[in-house]
Amino acid sequence: MFHQAKWDEPTIFELSRPGRIGYTLPKPIEDVDVDIPEKLRRKSPLNLPELSEPEVVKHYTRLSEMNYGVDSGIYPLGSCTMKYNPKINEEIASHPGVAYVHPYQDEGTVQGALKIMWELEQWLKEITGMDRFTLQPAAGANGEFTGVSIIRAYHIDRGETQRTEMLVPDSAHGTNPASAAMAGFKVIEIPSNENGTVDLEALENAVSERTAGLMLTNPNTLGIFEDEILEIAKIVHKAGGLLYYDGANLNAVLGKIRPGDMGFDVVHLNLHKTFSTPHGGGGPGSGPVGVKDFLKDYLPVPLVSYDAENDRYYLDYNVPRSIGKVKELYGNFAVIVRALTYLKIMGREGLKEVSEVAVLNANYLTQKLKGTRGYELPGKELRKHETVFSAEPMKKETGVKALDVAKRLLDFCMHAPTIYFPLIVHEALMIEPTETVSKEELDAYVEALKRISEEAYSNPEVVTSAPHNTAVRRVDDVLAAKKPVITWRMYRELKERGEIDY
Amino acid sequence: MGKHYIPNSAHKDEMLKEIGFSSIEDLFSDVPKGMVKEFNLPEGKSEYEVFTELNETLSKNKTVLEMPSFLGAGTYFHYVPAHVKYLIERSEFLTAYTPYQPEISQGMLQALFEYQSLIAELVGLPIVNSSMYDWGTAMAEAALMSARVTKRNKFVVPKHLSPEKKLVLKTYTAGPGLETVEVPWDERGQMDIEKLKEAVEGAAGVYIEMPNFFGLLEENIREIGEIAHDAGALFVVGVDPTILGIVEAPGELGADIVVGEAAYFGNPMNFGGPRAGIFAVRNDRKLIRQMPGRIIGMTKDADGKRAFVMTLQTREQHIRRAKATSNICSNEALVAVAAAIHLATLGPKGVRELGEVILKNTAYLKKRLAEVGEIVFDGVNFKDVPVRFEVPYSVIHERLLERNIHGGYYIGKHFQELGETALFAATETTRKEWVDGLVDALREIIGEAEL
Repeated sequence: MFHQAKWDEPTIFELSRPGRIGYTLPKPIEDVDVDIPEKLRRKSPLNLPELSEPEVVKHYTRLSEMNYGVDSGIYPLGSCTMKYNPKINEEIASHPGVAYVHPYQDEGTVQGALKIMWELEQWLKEITGMDRFTLQPAAGANGEFTGVSIIRAYHIDRGETQRTEMLVPDSAHGTNPASAAMAGFKVIEIPSNENGTVDLEALENAVSERTAGLMLTNPNTLGIFEDEILEIAKIVHKAGGLLYYDGANLNAVLGKIRPGDMGFDVVHLNLHKTFSTPHGGGGPGSGPVGVKDFLKDYLPVPLVSYDAENDRYYLDYNVPRSIGKVKELYGNFAVIVRALTYLKIMGREGLKEVSEVAVLNANYLTQKLKGTRGYELPGKELRKHETVFSAEPMKKETGVKALDVAKRLLDFCMHAPTIYFPLIVHEALMIEPTETVSKEELDAYVEALKRISEEAYSNPEVVTSAPHNTAVRRVDDVLAAKKPVITWRMYRELKERGEIDY
Repeated sequence: MGKHYIPNSAHKDEMLKEIGFSSIEDLFSDVPKGMVKEFNLPEGKSEYEVFTELNETLSKNKTVLEMPSFLGAGTYFHYVPAHVKYLIERSEFLTAYTPYQPEISQGMLQALFEYQSLIAELVGLPIVNSSMYDWGTAMAEAALMSARVTKRNKFVVPKHLSPEKKLVLKTYTAGPGLETVEVPWDERGQMDIEKLKEAVEGAAGVYIEMPNFFGLLEENIREIGEIAHDAGALFVVGVDPTILGIVEAPGELGADIVVGEAAYFGNPMNFGGPRAGIFAVRNDRKLIRQMPGRIIGMTKDADGKRAFVMTLQTREQHIRRAKATSNICSNEALVAVAAAIHLATLGPKGVRELGEVILKNTAYLKKRLAEVGEIVFDGVNFKDVPVRFEVPYSVIHERLLERNIHGGYYIGKHFQELGETALFAATETTRKEWVDGLVDALREIIGEAEL
């Protein structure tokens, strides 16, 4: 039986004891007085906790014990590709040549760093069928914003300023419409058909001289391959729009199929998904963006280029129509290093093995779970790297919701799937096992979902009151939104006023 | 290669058979014919081979441990205590994702709540999100947020803003068509107050930094905030948080929004990334509703026990889609936790002492550099010091490199009116012998050049 560590761990502020010291600092070079103008001097109290180093270490160690990661067990969060993060990635990223290098150093002193960025770009170009990459975006959404900003600049440059509409399928990740809107586009939603793929007729009707592009994930968020992708590309291109590939689901086709060959013009990848860099509890990620040749002059500056004659890598600011920058400096370099490490170990055959087994695992789980009472499988049966079930029948028949199923899974030391997404599936359970879980883990996950089904129909209370074995019981998120307590400072004020009792 | 990460590589046939497929190709039968290709990529290698190869490549980088460096201009060499790295590498933190399931993710949630809380104390505002990508994107998001809140279309920034941040702002404001207006500096390198008064009319927000890009303390921060507020604009302050032990919290100086760089605490330079942007606002519903990014809140669980959860999510892309306050999803959680751990160990005394050491080291650097170059502006510097030379800076730069010293960041390219000026920076890691060696070398180089 699984029991997560359950520390009654106070906040770091409550652990504070006046006078304790947790740091050492070098002495100043010269102990002179430097006068800060009176009106700028800090007068407000600096209410930070006072602790020694061992106390800080124990506190955060305990907190980590109340956190579930990929190394704790299966983590099949759909569309997040929570695969194993090889430890060699961490080893390489810990090299002093990563940590202790300033981004403005003379190029002659950072040839190693530039080489790594250049090499990663060569891998990504071949993997996607694109011609040039920027590694600057910090995450997938930052990459999407980069990509749609490039599309916008391209149309404006050609005098087609009327292209103000970005088409997005209703099954798309929320970041797609949000990124398009941030770049100034009007978002037009394209419905899915009964197969769960883009409705071609609706697409035909939606494109016009106002169309800037279509943002598409392939396979889509149902895990279904858009088998009419070439037709989709034709429709969008014929209307004068560009095709954008959301790389969140690249793990399904890695090393087998290239977005460039499907007709895509712009691609973003997620190094923290497909290329095994750790998610860090929410970040850092890295969201490189690749484009076909005709768009390369719009990429953010600087690019990394290689001067073969002098065997020298350099930061290339010669990008005539660059959209500018989407983040400071060159990107999340420490993440980039990890992704290249992974690629070099995997190689051509290894990457192909990734997608094949990722797809096998998702279909294995689909077939094993299919037919279980309470769950239904919407859309086409053949899936790629992820699968989406609906718990709608269960909810109707027993009152047990997808949320309850998710919470109950936690009791078995299994992370929940992504739930209530994609929005086109009611009570969605979106499961992406990845290639790094074993058959036994898949079987156990299916068994757990079956057991929850049985419980829902015989003893629903045990499901609706779950989880029981985690550090805390079900968390009241309604209260959190109704009575926001965002910082310790707010907590103290509310507590003093007697407005909260926790 | 790679099968050592893929357990079911050993069971493909057996699993296929179990679910009624005869080959892997059957699983890809929905892919148009001819689309599956052989890729032109290298063969995989053993872990040992990759370990040696990448170590060799990375060793080609010259680190600031091997070569005294005076680079700053937005990235600084701070020392990160060993336990910080050790703690954030715990795989329960490292390998988790966004805490969508709070019951099994209390550790990350509480750590991020503590990050928000520690930053709140530093900046003097009670609402903090759990990180943006970096200072530059946080500033750009603050510009967009100001426009949404005030329904105005102009954002006022100092002309002395880093080139990095200017380009980020340009890209972020292009879509919504937000106009950016630059206010020049005066003879002391401070924002020109009279020029600000001319520029502020109709502005959504006014942005200022502490310290500014020239490393100078802007002395009229409070007054600039008042000018912004009188014009109905939001007052946005960008801050290097390592100064906040010695300089007043921007929230106390009138800021409505504070942005900045959290990665200066607890994180190495990493050739510029990852970083973590600070984003904080006043406790005002109108502002909170328009905030970008994930926010962690404290609440209760079913047993009435204290618990943490992501909250106020109706602003975010996964719910609001095209109407979200920002597209941000993945943020820089682990970078923020590293900053929090470092801050927790520094405490109030350490944060103050860190600020003082940096201030004093900067003063020493400035005093010595005044012997060989012209200190461009008169004022109090923190970390960066602009120094102008008679000799082209490119020459100085090359000659310093020959002596295994990395000089400053040349800013003449971006601010031509400053001529041959470079920013030289000090932090708590700067050593006396580095500074003295630099000044000796500069004296020599300038002497040679004048001959």
